Amino acid sequence: MSTMLEVSGLTHQYGRGERAHVAVRDLTFTVESGQLACIVGPSGCGKSTLLRCISGLIPATGGSVRLHGDEVSGVPDDLAVVFQDYSRSLFPWLTVAKNVEFPLRWQKVSKADRKRRAEEVLESVGLSGVGKKYPWQLSGGMQQRVSIARALVSRPALLLMDEPFASVDAQTRGELEDLTRRVQRDLGSTILLVTHDIDESVYLADRVLVLSKSPAAIVADLDIDLPDDRDQITTRESEQFVSLRGEVARLLQSPQVQRTGEADTTDAASESESEASDAGATADEAGDAAGARADTGPHAATEADSDGPTGTDGTAEASDETATARS
Amino acid sequence: MRTFAKGLTGLLGFFLLWEIAVQAGVLPDYWVPPASEVATTFVTLLGQQEFLLAVIATLLAWLISLGVAIAVGVPAGLLLGSVPALQSASRALIEFLRPIPAVALVPLVMVTIGSGPDAKITLAVYAAVWPILFNTIYAFGEIDPVLLDSARASGANRRQSLTWVALPHAAPFIFTGVRVAASIALIAVISVEYIAASEIGLGRYILEGGMNNGHLDQVMAGTVLAGLAGWAINSALVGSGRKLFRWADTEERAAR
Repeated sequence: MSTMLEVSGLTHQYGRGERAHVAVRDLTFTVESGQLACIVGPSGCGKSTLLRCISGLIPATGGSVRLHGDEVSGVPDDLAVVFQDYSRSLFPWLTVAKNVEFPLRWQKVSKADRKRRAEEVLESVGLSGVGKKYPWQLSGGMQQRVSIARALVSRPALLLMDEPFASVDAQTRGELEDLTRRVQRDLGSTILLVTHDIDESVYLADRVLVLSKSPAAIVADLDIDLPDDRDQITTRESEQFVSLRGEVARLLQSPQVQRTGEADTTDAASESESEASDAGATADEAGDAAGARADTGPHAATEADSDGPTGTDGTAEASDETATARS
Repeated sequence: MRTFAKGLTGLLGFFLLWEIAVQAGVLPDYWVPPASEVATTFVTLLGQQEFLLAVIATLLAWLISLGVAIAVGVPAGLLLGSVPALQSASRALIEFLRPIPAVALVPLVMVTIGSGPDAKITLAVYAAVWPILFNTIYAFGEIDPVLLDSARASGANRRQSLTWVALPHAAPFIFTGVRVAASIALIAVISVEYIAASEIGLGRYILEGGMNNGHLDQVMAGTVLAGLAGWAINSALVGSGRKLFRWADTEERAAR
């Protein structure tokens, strides 16, 4: 396996001087060819900024991004992006087929070839026969399939996906997750997907990178050794999946993530216990909850030094989290 | 077609009310001739070459004005909309010029250009260019950054994104500007013909009707024709806009 993406010392800050906001700090990681890597991190931790830097949509203020060895400056030809908001990223005045053909317009591809390739890729995402419709005539899930088809039509070396399934319902989300894995295997694509959903990252990925709160730094790099053939029900029930999910959740709860992360150790559990009280995070129990935030009521009330009475489950923790996220 | 029929009912109702009001003596007939009389005059006038030439002169001036206003307003709007520095530099000037009514400029234009067709076209362009310019500028301000990012991530460069994404996205807004400008241009052409006493045109015809021993039926017939022309133009533009920009309609409905 060769290295597809090489991110080294990537830093991005908005603004300058005292008002500067560092969104991403000194990130270094690589993604191998044919790998599906997920980046998971708390909301507002700079995941999208990271993705925009990697895609060349914005120039990073420091560090470098290399795609199969070439320094990225501006959007590379063999890179494609799927955005979260399909309704805002598809062109409403173009038919589905024309939307999918769009990236080929700027390449030396004949009209007939463009048409044929659009049809092929639409079929591979399970949308044959809707080419003549307009995106707004389709359901949300189908629209996101169109976005995926558009991203795949130019056969990109690297596909970046920014929270691609965050705006669809649970059922569709599962279908799209399976589609992503299938397409990745069939086409041998390299995919880097950003999400805030722990379950999704574990289910989809060959590898999960856990990011800390802003400024984003990598806290852990986990290999997901689940079988290649995954199933929405049985995989999610498997012990392996549950324990991996727990591990990621625990990492996300750890003080390293909750604070701004400088530390790069993955041994979160031992450290978190000693720092739980001042960090305001509930360390030991949180992992069991997996989905984070549930059943922490009494602990949150005692461990976090809350200013007022803690009403419902996890209020102190939740508000603490939002406060930090916005600061 | 149904909305067209509904619109027509309202119009016919208005004429009916007008007729009744005059016949019943609510409005004195030396003041406003009854609708039936105006209708008769209207039909006779349609057979008169002089009147038809006046109408053609007006509509031609209107068409040219609208064309020039589009040719000036859209590129200027594109330029101002995509270069923020230019937009902020020109804001004060535009806000100073925009509220000046076209008819207030009649004396100035009469001195510099005269009162021929170029005078009314100049003033109509002046009046009509603003809605087109503004809608074009704002259409560019409104564009969703995600849409532009998608274009760039699909390999389009800046110029290509401008022509293939920003422009189609702006098209329905620009079209609305054109529709508003069309009515304004018609008003401007007829007003200038009237005020500047052009040699020919609907406004001139109305002016003559009023001065010639108060031929009010002629005045009213001319006025009705102006109204009908405006209505027809607007309906045609609304109809074609709906066909052309079906996607924009649906998008708005979905957003609500």
